[in-house]
Amino acid sequence: MTDAAATFAGSDMENRRGFTLIQYLVCLKGILQREWLRYLSQKERFVSSLVRPLLWLFIFAAGFRQVLGVSIIPPYETYVLYEVYITPGLCGMILLFSGMQSSLSMVYDREMGNMRILLVSPFPRWYLLVSKLLAGVAVSLLQVYAFLAIAWFWEVKAPAVGYLMILPALFFSGLMLGALGMLLSSLVKQLENFAGVMNFVIFPMYFASSALYPLWRVRESSPLLYQICLMNPFTYAVELIRFAFYGQIEWTSLIVVIVVMFVLLGGAILAYNPARGLTVRKQDMGGN
Amino acid sequence: MTLQSRLTETSRNEERAKPAALELESVSYNYGQRKALDDVSFSIDPSRFTVLLGLNGAGKTTLFSLISHLFSPRTGRIRVFGQDINRNSGPALRRLGIVFQARTLDLDLSVRQNLLYHASLHGIGSRIARQRIDELLHSIDMSDRIEDKVRGLSGGQIRRVEIIRALLHRPSLLLLDEATVGLDIKSRATILKDIRALVQKQGISVLWATHLIDEVSQADQVLVLDKGRLVADGDVPTILAKTSAETINQAFSKLTGITELNVRGGRT
Repeated sequence: MTDAAATFAGSDMENRRGFTLIQYLVCLKGILQREWLRYLSQKERFVSSLVRPLLWLFIFAAGFRQVLGVSIIPPYETYVLYEVYITPGLCGMILLFSGMQSSLSMVYDREMGNMRILLVSPFPRWYLLVSKLLAGVAVSLLQVYAFLAIAWFWEVKAPAVGYLMILPALFFSGLMLGALGMLLSSLVKQLENFAGVMNFVIFPMYFASSALYPLWRVRESSPLLYQICLMNPFTYAVELIRFAFYGQIEWTSLIVVIVVMFVLLGGAILAYNPARGLTVRKQDMGGN
Repeated sequence: MTLQSRLTETSRNEERAKPAALELESVSYNYGQRKALDDVSFSIDPSRFTVLLGLNGAGKTTLFSLISHLFSPRTGRIRVFGQDINRNSGPALRRLGIVFQARTLDLDLSVRQNLLYHASLHGIGSRIARQRIDELLHSIDMSDRIEDKVRGLSGGQIRRVEIIRALLHRPSLLLLDEATVGLDIKSRATILKDIRALVQKQGISVLWATHLIDEVSQADQVLVLDKGRLVADGDVPTILAKTSAETINQAFSKLTGITELNVRGGRT
């Protein structure tokens, strides 16, 4: 190791200074890059993230088209095909799965030790967690756009401005769902249990929302379910995306999504706080 | 007071003012009812190789998790070069290099990608990081493996890359938790030699946790942890004298109440 003698000596000055803005960006870039490289190295993850919504679009929607007529409700100005109706919900589904999946990878990371490498970085812990979250959202945004590109050929089209306005809507929704996943990852003890959470979180959130059917239809059949849908933050994410897709802002949804996002994010940061942390468990130890 | 004694006094004061590389003050930690660490206090000197001896389950990994701020002790204080790890975790963590017992490299990424990721977590830009990575890999004769996926490396190579990763941000204190576990004799010897060279030539302080007694050398500071309690702290002659033992092996057996046979056999 003697050759590298000069590279080892730690400089006190270097260590005592705080981090500069550039260094914060270097850290964020590193975390984004790693998420992206991991995503690329797992080709099946990319394929399955696309196949899932496409199955719903090509098969489920085609089958239900005749059964379920959708009347004219905002933001739609005419009768729309069922495929058109569920596309924003499917975008939401991609974000939901991806948020849960990236937190699944956090549980995996924690068990495999990679999460430790992130958490022993000298940057503030909230910054590390937010960066990790942004990295997950960036990857899922690409998945949504890939899905929308295929849907475009399936005659599900929106005005050009919709493809632009959907970006912030997807971003906030993705952050909200990612924060939920992160909070869950800190609460769930083991990987096996997490599979259960997927079933108990993803499916109820998805089905009890406006993703597959308009809420007025839900109210007709079950007022209770309607109330549950109204309490489900995923409903607001889907509506935010739906209106944005047609160049409109649904303010209630926007506010709900942002508020819920901050609450969940705060919870996740608290849960990963070493002092109050819920991450303090025996199985985190790896060793003894 | 003569000039000579004044000078000695001054240098002693300076010595005192210089913070220890690592200082623990009455640190305790529980998992529910089970006490993992019980009132542990010690300090380790800068530029010294310190061995933390303990059997599996003695509390070594808990201690490392507390020092590296993965979680906080319920009671007690931990300082790294005078910086409190809980109040001032940023500056303290910047001076720490950590090699965990569990493998922490991303198997699907290349050696370079793993190392660049770590550099970015310390705010080191890619130009400087690449330069340091090249130098460090060269120093352990692994330059030709830089683009290889970690999955393709041997256990010993993975460990050495992890050590290099811990050195990328030029820490002053290096923590290694059972770094040689599961490695063959040759890799073990190489790694131990490399780390000892770092202490001698670069003045890095090292805390080396192990359950393998033969890794202790005469000049080391030795800490013995048993069931969460620190049962010995000092250099080898001091510990031998205290326990009236002839070898460190014997001393360890007396301190932890196990038979020598088990100790020699490695993992118990």
